[in-house]
Amino acid sequence: MEQKKRLFVKGNEAIAIGAIDAGCECFFAYPITPQSDIPEYLSRELVKVGGEFIQAESEIASINMVLGAAACGKRAMTSSSSPGISLKQEGISYMAGSELPAVIVNITRGGPGLGGIQPSQGDYFQATRGGGHGDYRTMVLAPSSCQECYDLTIQAFDLAFKYRNPVLILGDAILGQMKEPIVRWKEREDHPEEGAEWRLTGKKGRAQRIIKSLYLEDGAMEEHNLKLLKKYRSMEADLKWEEFLVEDAEVVAVAFGSIGRIVKSSVRKLRERGYKVGVFRPITLFPFPYFALEELAKVGKRFITIENNTGQMVEDVRLAIRRYGDSEFFANMPGKVSTPEDFIEPIEAMCKK
Amino acid sequence: MKEQEKQVFSLPSVMRDIPTHFCPGCHHGIIHRLVAEAIDYFDLEDIAICVGSVGCSVFIYNYIDVDSVEAPHGRAPAVATGVKRANPENFVFSYQGDGDLAAIGLSEIVYCANRGERVSIIFVNNTVYGMTGGQMAPTTLVGQKTTTSPYGRKGERDGYPLKMAEMLASLPGCAFSARVAVNNIKNLMKAKKAIKRAFEVQLKDVGFGFVEFLSACPTNWHQTPLEANERVEKELIPYFPLGVFKDKLEREK
Repeated sequence: MEQKKRLFVKGNEAIAIGAIDAGCECFFAYPITPQSDIPEYLSRELVKVGGEFIQAESEIASINMVLGAAACGKRAMTSSSSPGISLKQEGISYMAGSELPAVIVNITRGGPGLGGIQPSQGDYFQATRGGGHGDYRTMVLAPSSCQECYDLTIQAFDLAFKYRNPVLILGDAILGQMKEPIVRWKEREDHPEEGAEWRLTGKKGRAQRIIKSLYLEDGAMEEHNLKLLKKYRSMEADLKWEEFLVEDAEVVAVAFGSIGRIVKSSVRKLRERGYKVGVFRPITLFPFPYFALEELAKVGKRFITIENNTGQMVEDVRLAIRRYGDSEFFANMPGKVSTPEDFIEPIEAMCKK
Repeated sequence: MKEQEKQVFSLPSVMRDIPTHFCPGCHHGIIHRLVAEAIDYFDLEDIAICVGSVGCSVFIYNYIDVDSVEAPHGRAPAVATGVKRANPENFVFSYQGDGDLAAIGLSEIVYCANRGERVSIIFVNNTVYGMTGGQMAPTTLVGQKTTTSPYGRKGERDGYPLKMAEMLASLPGCAFSARVAVNNIKNLMKAKKAIKRAFEVQLKDVGFGFVEFLSACPTNWHQTPLEANERVEKELIPYFPLGVFKDKLEREK
């Protein structure tokens, strides 16, 4: 049996490698810092495994190319960063409405507007509330290490086809650009029968298939939206989160992605000083692990939410624990690259309250 | 059929025998039928994938019975690119109006043609936005009054009408580009040939195929069907000349 490969790569590269191993067949994207490593890697490697790569003329064109490939049942992916993800929203809405599977990667940067290339977590709302127009959701996976970048990309493709829905991987500039060892455990495989019941192949031997999101007939739109709502609820079967030193914790820091990782270090240092603190790290941001947080609130734990934005996930935390209390919030302002020391003071202050 | 009757014409096999929603005098009906005839001619019914667009032609998938995917406004060439790259053995075509292709979708059509994507695109130019009620289009003529150019289009303020067939012909990736009309039988017969060619350059893996159809819109031109048909001849053709602007297959002969 072939030895699993161990590589030292950037988070961006880990995502690209994960895509290859997941069986991604089509990748269409446009360069934007800090994620251009992804199209650069795939421009070299995807063709070697028989896939299609296009550097499209814009983020809009690339999401629409993904839509076309997805309509044919292919594993298709695009990647971008914040402003580019904004451009893709119409396409993502169409894909959700048409029930098409795809993986979209957002390596978040500072915002709003042109913002900057520094890390931020300012796209949480955009990611978890659909992001575009209409009542829809995309699954959102938030890695916090290069290994998770690799693992979650592979999972993202499976989830996209399981639910016939776009899946968003929400990273940031820290994750995208940092280098760590990863274990490349998955062997690339084809999925020739995926989507066979709905994909477009030419109608030989069967009736015409129409992949669309337009519903004008009486009652059709209601029915379709109800179907989508039920689907999004059913995604709770794939909820994912991490609890770190939470069992005896009095104060739980809630954080996701790279901040979730840094906060763990803060919590380790506080534990050394005798504070009973832990970390709750949502990994699926949609669906959000409301009930798991509620369980912790029920037994009297107190919460401080720490994010690299001005307060987004904290609203979901407050929603989760609303019957039992509130969550403190600490903003690591967008653009500021944090260290574990930055979070020690606010968590400590929470403990002393 | 009665004795001594011979069927000389029928609906194309790939076209559904249902009433269309088009206005009286609209040329979409004719153009849809010509597209369907070309699909039948090359026997593409079972392998065709249609990329639908946004405009009066949004229901093409109801009239032409092939696998179809709906694209956001203007993005059909990008969606078609994704489909063809995913499934190169399928025959991929799209059908777009002047707003869809030449306004919001201008970037996508230029790059699709520029990359020489093996897709065939039918462009229906009626110098106005039909579905949304008659606003100015990229191809509205100077002086033409529309709901958003009530005093008539002014070249210096609104720009001049775009000539898509010529523009795309200038791109090396474009294998076939022509402008045609269906306002009379002579023009219609040339249009049929042009569609076939635009399909052929895909089937023979030569490049991107494009046909621009001049079309009438009696409703938004505030004319009768016959007047609108006349306008195509008298006003549109002088500005948008009919002809073949690029034909890589012709050169190869």
